[in-house]
Amino acid sequence: MVINIAYIIACVLFIMGIKKLTKPQTARQGNLISAIGMLIAAAAVFFENDVVQSRSSADWAQNGILWCFVGIAAGAVIGLIWSKKVKMTGMPELVALYNGFGGLASALVAFSQFHNNPGGHDIIGLTAICVTIFIGAMAFSGSMLAWGKLSEKITGRAIVFRGQKLINLILFLAVAAVSVCIILPGVEASVKASAILILSAISLVFGLAFVLPIGGGDMPVIISLINSITGVAVAAAGFIISNTALIVSGALVGASGVVLTLIMCKAMNRSIANLLFGGFGAVQTSSKQGPGSEPKSVSAEDAYPVLEAAGSVVFIPGYGMAVAQAQHVVKELAEKLMANGAEVSFAVHPVAGRMPGHMNVLLAEADIPYEQLKTMEEMNPVMPVQDAAIIIGANDVVNPAAETDTSSPIYGMPIIKAYEARTVFVLKRGKGRGFSGIENELFYMPNTLMLYGDAKATISALSGQFAE
Amino acid sequence: MDKILLLFIFVIAAFLGRELISKVPSQLHTPLMSATNAISGITVLGALVVCAITVRGSLGMVLSFIAIILATINVVGGYMVTERMLGMFRKKKENKD
Repeated sequence: MVINIAYIIACVLFIMGIKKLTKPQTARQGNLISAIGMLIAAAAVFFENDVVQSRSSADWAQNGILWCFVGIAAGAVIGLIWSKKVKMTGMPELVALYNGFGGLASALVAFSQFHNNPGGHDIIGLTAICVTIFIGAMAFSGSMLAWGKLSEKITGRAIVFRGQKLINLILFLAVAAVSVCIILPGVEASVKASAILILSAISLVFGLAFVLPIGGGDMPVIISLINSITGVAVAAAGFIISNTALIVSGALVGASGVVLTLIMCKAMNRSIANLLFGGFGAVQTSSKQGPGSEPKSVSAEDAYPVLEAAGSVVFIPGYGMAVAQAQHVVKELAEKLMANGAEVSFAVHPVAGRMPGHMNVLLAEADIPYEQLKTMEEMNPVMPVQDAAIIIGANDVVNPAAETDTSSPIYGMPIIKAYEARTVFVLKRGKGRGFSGIENELFYMPNTLMLYGDAKATISALSGQFAE
Repeated sequence: MDKILLLFIFVIAAFLGRELISKVPSQLHTPLMSATNAISGITVLGALVVCAITVRGSLGMVLSFIAIILATINVVGGYMVTERMLGMFRKKKENKD
C-alpha cells in the first residue's frame, strides 16, 4: 500500500518534470523533480514484500541485497563519468548508448524473471516476458549498431542488399513462432527455457537488420524510434512484475519517442514505413545533374565586404558544423557581426544533425542565447529580407529541389528557404555531394557563393577579417 | 493486480505522455531524449526486485545484477547529462551599455 503511494508520487513527479521541460526557463527544475521521483521509486522498491523477506533473512549480506547496492554504485559511477566526459557533439552517440542499455536492462529483467521459475508463469506473464525480451534485445543491438554508425566506427551510410526485406520478414516470423512456443501452455518448461534463448538471439539479429539500412541523415528518426521502443520494453517489464511505476514511466517514454519520431518524419516528408524499408541515402541519386557550370567559389576576403555591409545575417547549421566542432567560432563571428550592427539569427531545421535538437545543444554550448535560435517556421517568412545566409555544413535541408524537382528523392520535404536570402554563403568541406548524394541546385544559383574548406577554419578566417 | 487494469494504466499514461511531449519545443528535444533515457532507467526497480530475491550465484542473479548496473547508468548518466545540457541554455544577457 505505502509502496504504491510512493510509486504514484514518483510518477506524478515524472509527469511534472516533463511538463517543466516544455520551457527552457523551467527545464532544469523539471529535470531535478524527475530525478527526485526516481529516487523515491528506487527507495520504495526495497520495501516490496519479497525484498523485505529477503532483507530480513539472517544472512542478508550473503543474498542479493548486497549485490543490489554494488550494482547501483557501479552504475552510478560509470553514468557520472560518462555524463561529465561526453562532448556535446557526441550527444547522439551517448543517447544511442543509453537507449541500448535501457533495452538490454529490461530484457535481462525478463530473462532472469523467467529463469528463476521457468514453469511458474501464466500466459499473460509469458507474453509479457516474450515482448520484453524481443523489443529489449532488439533495441539493444539496434542501438549498438546506431552507435557504431554515429561514432563512425563503421560506415554511416545505409547498408542495403538484395532480399533484405525478405530476411527481415523471416526473422520477424521466427520471433512470432518461437514466442508462441514459449507462451502456449503444455510445452515442457525445459523446452521453453531453450526457446527463450533462441528468442533472445533472433531478437538481437533483428535489431541489427532493422538499423542496417538506415543512413546517417535518417539517424534522428531511428534514434527517436528506438527511444520509444525502450520505453515500451520498460512498460512490458512492468507487466511481468506487476509494477505500476514501470508501466507509467515506460508509457511516458514510449509516447515521447513516438511524438519525436513523427515530428522527424514530418520534417522529412516521409512515412515511417518508407524510412524503415526504403533504404534512403544509399541507392538513390538524383537523375538531375547540376547545370554545366561550376558553382561560384570565393575566399573569406571576397566574402567579407558582403558580411560587413549586411544588416541581417542568418546562420543555418547542419551536421557539418558538429563534425568541424565549429560552434564556438560561429559564436565569435556572430558577435562580430552584431558588433558591426547586424541582426543575427540561427535557423535550425528539425532534422539538422544526427538527433532531434542536436544543433540547439551545440549552439547553446557555444553560449548563444536561445532567443536567437529560430525554427524553420519562424525563419522562412523573413528569409527574403536577410542580407546574408551562412550555411554551415547543411545540405539537404536547404536544397530547393525539395520544392521544385518532383523527381528528387527529397521532393516535398520542408526546407529552410536559404535561397531567398540576398546572398547565400555555403560552407562546405569539399566539392562532393552531400550525405544523401543528391545534387543541390542551391550551389548553382546566382546569389550563392561557395566557401570550400574546413568550416572551423573558414569561419575563423571570416572572423579574422572583422578584426582588422 | 489484475493485468487488464495494468493495461488500462499503460494506455492512459501513453496518451498523457503524448499530450505532454508535443508541447516540448524543438530546441529542447535533445535534453528531452536524455531525460527520457533516465526515466526508462526505472527498469532498475525490476532488476532490484529480481536480484534481491534470487538465489546467490544463480544465472538469474548475475543477469539481474548486470541489469542493475546498466539501468543505473541510464538513470544517473541520463539525469546528469540533461542537467549539463540545460545548464548551457541561457537567455540573452541584458544589454551592458
